Order: sequence, then C-alpha cells, then structure tokens
Amino acid sequence: MSTPPAKIHNVPMGEGPSGRAPKGVGPARIGIYAFLVISALFFLLPLYVMIVTSIKPMEEIRLGGLFTLPTTITFEPWAKAWSSACTGLDCRGISPGFWNSVKILVPSVFCSIFVGALTGYALSFWRVRCANLLFAALLLGAFLPYQVFIYPLVRIYSATGLFSTIYALVLTHVIFGLPVMTLLFRNYYAGIPIDLFKAARVDGGRFFSIFFRLMLPMSIPMLVVAVILQVTGIWNDFIMGLTFGGLANRPMTVQLTNLVAPTEGEIAYNVNMAATIMTAAVPLIVYFVSGRWFVRGIAAGAVKG
Amino acid sequence: MKQRPIRWSVYAGLTPAILIVVFAYIGTIIWTVGISFTDSRMLPVARFAGFNQYVRLFATERWLTSVQNMVIVGVLMIAISLALGFLLAVALDQRIRAEGFLRTIILYPYAMSFIVTGLVWQWILNPTLGIEQTVRGWGFENFRFDWIIQKETAIYCVVLAAVWHAAGLVMAIMLAGLRGIDQDLWKASRIDGIKPWRFYWHIVVPILRPSFISATVLLSLGVVKLYDLVLVLTGGGPGFSSDVPAKFVMDYLFQRQNIGLATAAATTLLITVLCALTPWLYAEYFRAEKRKD
Repeated sequence: MSTPPAKIHNVPMGEGPSGRAPKGVGPARIGIYAFLVISALFFLLPLYVMIVTSIKPMEEIRLGGLFTLPTTITFEPWAKAWSSACTGLDCRGISPGFWNSVKILVPSVFCSIFVGALTGYALSFWRVRCANLLFAALLLGAFLPYQVFIYPLVRIYSATGLFSTIYALVLTHVIFGLPVMTLLFRNYYAGIPIDLFKAARVDGGRFFSIFFRLMLPMSIPMLVVAVILQVTGIWNDFIMGLTFGGLANRPMTVQLTNLVAPTEGEIAYNVNMAATIMTAAVPLIVYFVSGRWFVRGIAAGAVKG
Repeated sequence: MKQRPIRWSVYAGLTPAILIVVFAYIGTIIWTVGISFTDSRMLPVARFAGFNQYVRLFATERWLTSVQNMVIVGVLMIAISLALGFLLAVALDQRIRAEGFLRTIILYPYAMSFIVTGLVWQWILNPTLGIEQTVRGWGFENFRFDWIIQKETAIYCVVLAAVWHAAGLVMAIMLAGLRGIDQDLWKASRIDGIKPWRFYWHIVVPILRPSFISATVLLSLGVVKLYDLVLVLTGGGPGFSSDVPAKFVMDYLFQRQNIGLATAAATTLLITVLCALTPWLYAEYFRAEKRKD
C-alpha cells in the first residue's frame, strides 16, 4: 500500500538513523545516552508515580510520599476505584464512566470515520462545486477553539431534545471529528491513481458503488489509522462530555474528575491514582499495541491538537 | 473530468458534511459573534449593544490575566517543546541502542488525556504530597517547591505539564524529518570534516523548517484550546492567577451565566486564531494542491 501523502511531511520512521556511526565510546556518546536516559526518566515519572501509588496502602503514602516503592502491595485500591469509590452519594466507582465511554465511543468512532471517508472520497474524485470553499470551511472546525461553537450547540440540542443524550455526544464527535477525518482520507485518496477511478467509472460504477466496493476496501490502512486517532481522541475527550453529556452520560474522564474531587476527610490517593490509570488505560493500550501506526496517525491527523 | 453533468448522488454523499459546515460551524459562529454584540447576560436578548461587551471584557482583570497566561504558556511551552523535541530526535538519530523503546517512552504522554496529565502532575507538584514532601523526607527540611500554590508561579506548572505532554509529538515530527534528509548530505559533511553541531545548526535546522512550522502550528492550536489541563492542574488558581481564555469562556458561559461577555471573549479568540492561521492554512492546503487529471 502506498503511504498517505499526509500534510505533516511524514516520512515513516524506521528508515534507519542518519546520524554518524559511533566511533567507539567517547564522551559525546555518553552525553547522548545520559540525555536520553534522563529525559526518559522525566517522561516515565508520572506513570511510575501512578502505578506505585495505586498499589500502596494509605499508611505508606502518609509516611513515605509518592515516590518510594511499596513495601506491601495491595490491589484493594484498584477494586475500590473500579466498583465502590464514591462520587458524592453515588458509590459505584469509576465503572459506570467506563461503560458510558464505551457507549459513546463505539458509535462515534464508526459514524465519524464513515462520514469523513465519504466526504474525503467525494472531494477527492468527484467534481464538486465550491469544493475548496467546503474544504476551507471544514478546516474551521479543526482549528477554531470549541468555545466558539459550544453555546449555540447547547441551544440547538436543547431545542431538539437531544441535550444530555448519547446522541448529542455522538453527533458532536462526528461534527468535530469530520475535518481531520476528511483530511486524512482526502490525502489518502489523492495517492490512489486516478486511472483506477476512471476504469471503475467506465465499468458503470456510480458514486456510492465505487465508494463501497472499491475505495473503502482499498482504504484499510487509513481506516486503521483513523480508528486509532478517533479512539484515543474520543476517549480522551472531556469538554464535550462535560457540556453535552448531562448527568447520565458522563464519560470516564468527567467522572474521574468528580471522583478525585476533594471531599471531607482524608483523600484516598491510592484509589484516585488507580482510577486515573484505568481512565488512561484504553488510549495507552491502543498506543502500545499500535506502535508505528499511532505515529503515522498523529503525523497525518495531528491537526486535531 | 471536464464537462460532467452534476450528479446528485455526489451531493447526497456530501450532505452530512455540508449540513455540519453550514449549521454546526458557520451557523454557530455567526450566532456566537451575534450574541457578543448584545447586552445578553443570563439569557440571550436581541438588544444591540455595539462593542459594549468588548469594552467590558478588556476592562476585566481576569480576562487580561488569562490572555497574558496564554502568551506565557504559548511562548515558553512552544519554545521548550521544540527545543527538547528536536534535541531528542537528534539524539535518537545517532544509531542509539534501544531506539524504539526510548521512542515509545518519549511519545506515550501524547496518548494520555489532559485530564490524566493534569491530575498526575497536580499530585506530583502538590507540596504536601509530591516532590517537596519527598525531598524534605530526605532531610532537607527547608526545601521548597510550591510553585503550584503560588500566584506568580502556578502558570509555570501548566507549562511543565504541557511540555511533558507535547515534547514527544515534536520528537516524532522532527525524527520523521531527519529520516527524510538525503543520506548524501551526511556523507558530504563527513568528508568535508564539518563539526557535527555546525552541520546540525546550519544545514539540518534550515532543512527541517517545514517540520518546525508544522510543530509550531500544532502546538499553538493546543495552547488556544488549553482548557482541561488547567482545570484539573490548578483550577485556574490560586484566585484566577493561572486562568486561560478557553476556561474564562467556559466559566462565564456555564457558571457565571454571563453569555454576552463569554461570547465576546470567544469571538476575540476566534479572530486571533484566524489572523494567525490564515496565511499558514493557505500555504499549506491550497497552494499548488490542485489535483491533476
């Protein structure tokens, strides 16, 4: 498959380093390794703190702070964070938020990618009036801060009875996912030979049949990238879930902030950290499993910001 | 593809996109800008008030602080992330052992949400729990690291967390750029005996200009949208000392119920972004981009 001609000048990584070959172990070499190792420790620090604290009993946190290794390991905070930690009077842990996020995620990812691929395909192969205008307007959605759109959207959703339903959230993710998805697929289709499309036209293919039978099956690499992007993006969303989700459809990120909000009495840092790891788990797993695809995704769609 | 009659199925396929652009983007922008010219408070009213909301906005100390903070975060976070990301990419490009492993570690923060990032750093920077507490535990009783609870320094904690989140992205963009540089250039520089740092500074950096621009644009977009990170890291505090414009808008919309002022602030953000971005957008997406067929 050809590489998508993405906008962020992405030569896929792994073509081999271009720096000089080492001439043995000189001080420069040691310096480079020292810099890399220290940086890696800086990046790892928060993950380390979260994991270590989440398996410590509270007594140890009180005595030793955040950075020491646990002497006794307990998984009780994890169990508590998942199913019995309290948000106000609601003591069901973070799990309802997890399931809400799943319920939001699946249709949002599917719909946003479908609409994006269709739009990218139409703009890429078909003669459309004012295509550039449409494309320019689409970029607005990618680049402008959400605060510009959010109040009218609240009013529109209220007027149509969509407010604080799952549909409002799915629709919102389709709306704000569209620019990046369109861009992704438009660039990808720009790399597909036009003769292929013309041949399909000669064979009597129509707009939708060419899309479903030819282009969509050819787009599998881009579909993978799109799924990675949208799963991490939508899972990590906070502002949409907070604004449009209402009480019943709070995604996991929103519920996490409620769960860790200071309450009366001692703050259970271990439970809070366990809940935080759980919230970070889905995008992290996607990241570690997908590896190079993730890099390709951010290179191609990082405009999301 | 010349002279083809209009096919309605094409427009049927574009309907979702057209509806979204017309109603969700353009419609809402006009609505927001419209409200900002009325004297709406809790509910939108149609009484025209000219630039009153803008005058009031720029007399609001909290707004001025939040704009100032956006500039601080913008300048520092972008400069540090670019420098760190570039250096990391160069270091990783020196035929390093375990390159893939290090790359994975450097980039993983970018996969995490701002909520998670903010919470973790808030715990680490919390003086009674994190670094200060730990260093004092080692016997340095007078050690102080309480930036997050001081008015003057809280915003730098936002910079720290934002750099942690974004440096890996810059690294990935820069490394991709480095890998795209012609191998012959390296050989030539070696034959000519050019010192490595001179080669990087005078040849590699100029070649990577597009990568630097892309990274800068991406990071600045993140700075304008900065909301969740500040919300959980400092809550905009102490007081409103680490507030940012996006959070200002959200608070005035949904908590302080002053939508006139909030939409005026949102419109100001909109104009700022448009002014900064239009030249780049044009160059990036429309120049020499016509499909040949």
